[in-house]
Amino acid sequence: MSGENQRVLGERVADADGGADDPPYLYPDYVATRLRAPKQPLVILPHTLTELTGPAFGENAVGELDHDLTRQHEGEPIGQRIIVSGRLLDGDGRPIRSQLVEIWQANAAGRYVHKVDQHPAPLDPNFTGAGRCLTDEEGRYRFVTIKPGSYPWQNHDNAWRPAHIHFSVFGRAFTDRLVTQMYFPDDPLFDLDPIFQSVRDPDARARMISAFDISLTEPSWAHGYSFDIVVGGPAATPLEE
Amino acid sequence: MPLGATPSQTVGPFFGYALLGPIGSELVAPGTSGAIRIEGVVTDGNGEVVPDAMVELWQADAAGGHGGPRDPRPDRSEPDGAGFGGFGRCGTEDGGFSFVTVKPARVPSPGGALQAPHIDVSVFARGLLKHLVTRIYFPDEDEANAADPLLSALAADERATLVAVPDGDVLRFDIRLQGEGQTVFLAV
Repeated sequence: MSGENQRVLGERVADADGGADDPPYLYPDYVATRLRAPKQPLVILPHTLTELTGPAFGENAVGELDHDLTRQHEGEPIGQRIIVSGRLLDGDGRPIRSQLVEIWQANAAGRYVHKVDQHPAPLDPNFTGAGRCLTDEEGRYRFVTIKPGSYPWQNHDNAWRPAHIHFSVFGRAFTDRLVTQMYFPDDPLFDLDPIFQSVRDPDARARMISAFDISLTEPSWAHGYSFDIVVGGPAATPLEE
Repeated sequence: MPLGATPSQTVGPFFGYALLGPIGSELVAPGTSGAIRIEGVVTDGNGEVVPDAMVELWQADAAGGHGGPRDPRPDRSEPDGAGFGGFGRCGTEDGGFSFVTVKPARVPSPGGALQAPHIDVSVFARGLLKHLVTRIYFPDEDEANAADPLLSALAADERATLVAVPDGDVLRFDIRLQGEGQTVFLAV
């Protein structure tokens, strides 16, 4: 979303302005958007203090093992162990420090712990699939988890989601808020998935795909995937360095 | 060269167990002096209640300060995690959402004029590829609401979608995603 304050209060835009890389609200191939996308244009609100500030979370917001999804139960979860790490950055490439990153995902069989998930694949008693951490001084986060499985959904005939990890992040300002999904390289389901395809620009889509990273990979232990997250426009909120 | 932003994707239906634990819907403890309860439902284009949405609030405190170190006004900044956090989160899996908070004080707009007390709201749901932003205003602030820059830029029927309605001991704020009486959503 845009950080421009020249925008005129009360003017209307058909969809969020400045967010050309974001998907539209209405993307009919993703059936659930049809009854949930607003039909009235959005009203432009130039940023006030409320939008220029945003939530902050202290060290006590995160528990010691919250970043390691393989150590939250008595035993180890089934699946390929992976390390997922990257930097949380603003549009100018500056790190966003001490900010909360939350993830959630299906287990290796493609099943979520969530009670609404009825996919007939096994639950793993050693895997919940929820993680949290704070970024460090370089804006870096790091999770240890297992590679999630692909799972079917009811959007269309024979519909399967590409394997993904959900990310929820906060930036410096209310307007930096982002919920997204991290995908894995070379997934054959990309072309068939309306949620992935709802991002129309191929370069922007590519920014949702993690990269296998040998430097994050730990010998005889786990593959590494790198995934940087960029929130807000360039110089969106120059409140602090 | 500026970096391209990471695109938004839907929160999906299965976030509750991960996102709705540690961050709660009570911005202040119930019973705190000045505490108010804000309740509502999220409805879709058929008027059906949406059971898999997440609503987040962000607001100033009763003195007009923003929690944490991010308030640019030097006399308002608080150390990390101290005092009123100003942020809350609630899912709609039980039908609606319910927050306990305090009414924020008026804060300035970019032109310097005071805004009416308001709470910024983010709405996430399966079927929303990016979150929606709106604002809650207060029904007992006629004078401030009449002078508020955003409310003044809206037609009367639009304005009505942003002002909470007294309902017994609570303030009611329903969020209509689509159709008759759609809530005004903001491009920020």
